Amino acid sequence: MQKITKKRDGIHLDRRSFLKGAALGLAGTALPLKKAEASFWESFFQKHFKEMNDAEIKQVLGRLEEEYEKKYKIAIKVGNEKEIPGVLFGYGLDLSRCIGCRRCEYACVDENNQSKDPQIHWISVLRFKKGEKWVDLENSEKYYNPELVPEPEYFYMPVQCQQCEDPPCVRACPTQATWKEPDGIVVVDYNWCIGCRYCMAACPYGARHFNWTEPGRKSEEINPQTHYLGNRPRYKGVVEKCTFCIQRTRNGRYPACVEACPVGARKFGNLLDPNSEIRYAIEHKRVFRLKEDLNTNPKFYYFFAYGV
Amino acid sequence: MGNLIKNFFIALRQIFIGNSAYYLWIAFLAFFILLGFSAYLEQLNRGLITTAMRDQVSWGLFISNFTFLVGVAAAAVLLVVPAYLYNFKPIKEIVLFGELLAITAITMCILFILVDMGQPLRVWHILPFIGAMHFPASLLAWDVVVLNGYLAINSIIAFYVLYRLSIGKEYSMSVIGPLIILSIPWAVSIHTVTAFLYNGLSARPFWNASILAPRFLASAFCSGPAIMLILFQIIRKRSEVDIDNKAIFKIAELIAYAMAINLFLLGAEAFKEFYSGGVDSYSIQYLYFGLHGKTSLVPWMWAATIMNTTAFFLFLFPKTRENFTTLNLGCILIIMGVYIEKGMGLVVPGFVPDALGEIYEYSPTKSEILVTMGIWAAGALLYTLLLKFAVPIYTGKLRFETTAGKA
Repeated sequence: MQKITKKRDGIHLDRRSFLKGAALGLAGTALPLKKAEASFWESFFQKHFKEMNDAEIKQVLGRLEEEYEKKYKIAIKVGNEKEIPGVLFGYGLDLSRCIGCRRCEYACVDENNQSKDPQIHWISVLRFKKGEKWVDLENSEKYYNPELVPEPEYFYMPVQCQQCEDPPCVRACPTQATWKEPDGIVVVDYNWCIGCRYCMAACPYGARHFNWTEPGRKSEEINPQTHYLGNRPRYKGVVEKCTFCIQRTRNGRYPACVEACPVGARKFGNLLDPNSEIRYAIEHKRVFRLKEDLNTNPKFYYFFAYGV
Repeated sequence: MGNLIKNFFIALRQIFIGNSAYYLWIAFLAFFILLGFSAYLEQLNRGLITTAMRDQVSWGLFISNFTFLVGVAAAAVLLVVPAYLYNFKPIKEIVLFGELLAITAITMCILFILVDMGQPLRVWHILPFIGAMHFPASLLAWDVVVLNGYLAINSIIAFYVLYRLSIGKEYSMSVIGPLIILSIPWAVSIHTVTAFLYNGLSARPFWNASILAPRFLASAFCSGPAIMLILFQIIRKRSEVDIDNKAIFKIAELIAYAMAINLFLLGAEAFKEFYSGGVDSYSIQYLYFGLHGKTSLVPWMWAATIMNTTAFFLFLFPKTRENFTTLNLGCILIIMGVYIEKGMGLVVPGFVPDALGEIYEYSPTKSEILVTMGIWAAGALLYTLLLKFAVPIYTGKLRFETTAGKA
């Protein structure tokens, strides 16, 4: 009797069969041996992403596509687009325009295959009362829920991964499961993360999120265009974060949040290109970065373009 | 070599020999281990959602226990210092039991880390060579090195001493002396590195205070020896091991000094935070007075402060520290006080308010508590078995032929 059921990522034993295995003192033999389960071992012994050559990576991408297809019953493409030379991504956010509608937040969820049950959001929109102390974020409200936005007595500040040039989360990770790519994007390898959550303690922006349980997302809700280091479906017990939509931006598209913003508060571009919109904003507006005193050097600039 | 292994198994057989009280105790521990194990299986199946940890407070009861136990492990061995530096014989004779406690506490630390991991099967990723250990950048990698090194050092010392005793010989200080000397700074290092693990995060102002490592050490010097004092009394009651009252009172005196330093450092921290009153003091405000009406840790912290202060006075005066009723009361107060202060009282406020100013009140779930109790029971079982193994050799009840030892 085969009691081992393979569902989603990895192997799940029901309690009775696990105890049985343990009682025999042969828990090891309870692990899969059949060819169909070979991908468990391939996944288990997968090398660190940066230590794999192109052929090995291709094999991994193929295995993941198979696993995802089995799980979600749809074809999912797992890409591995490399960085574009001469590009360093930067982000601008015009606080004077933001109306707090959270469309960016949900566009991000649609694009990046986050768990919908329980909900994981990579963007948090904070609401502050006008005229009150706000830079320390202590008086912010994340769960505001009015009938209509914007509310006249409040203003809003969306926060997501600030893609620090000196990211404390990367330094903290004990297994090098997270790193900064040459185009400045901080990524996580969901197949290498051990789920210790030290990076979450280290992040000053609350940008890292943990899969406290199996991510819940229906097949029809999956975005099948994915990137290995970005929006491919995640596993329970690993950390995830905003990647500036690496699967889009490395193919010359805007991040989903930039496209979704109805008031044009979000700007995105190449910091190394003197003619980019983001460079214009930095050079002509009064920009600031969140928690600049921590010297993390975010590539995420807030500014006030006009008005009140 | 063959004889050595045979003798090891002869000694090991001791752990199965005991009276009904012994078996009852083992059954009692096994019950809690099984409860914890089944809770952990559920956690493996569903993920860490079975705990009360969330993105806002991403570490909780498990890491709190880990932090407390690193202190216990460190302090158990720091008793070596007076024993060897001043050649204080009464303590020197019982150092072995401290080392066995250190082995137990580190094992429990490793268990607490394992149950806190989202992907425990991938634990090998943290190892050097076969994994991708992020050394020296990540303090967690440092912790892996120092904790495992400490476990190795103490295991070698303890088992070498037992081996020599088992063949009826004094252990040679030229073999073990350097290791004992090494174990002293190493014990300091495990607690310092664990403090730095928190200390190095500029994102968490509550931990990002230079007083953290000194406070860690001071409180460890209280809780570790307090646990030892209780254990010594049990050991000498339950076995033929003779532990001199002088040793116990001396350790109690050391606890009084350590607690004085601990309370002073706490005062220094409280003064800075509350008097200057910047935004970085929200966490300590939350801890002692509550923030925006959220007060779940407040009663615990005041209880811990009162317990620690009371214990300090109990250990300060020779009259109360040399009376076993007040001595044991003081020990229990210190263990509970430091467990709160260096456990939840340290870990949780680091996350409250969180990086974006949100206040999430963490309170462990039943599942977390069961797993925690299971690991404590496993630790108690391990220490019991280690004692069962070591005591007959230590008291000279179990001796092997010298020829066998030579093999």
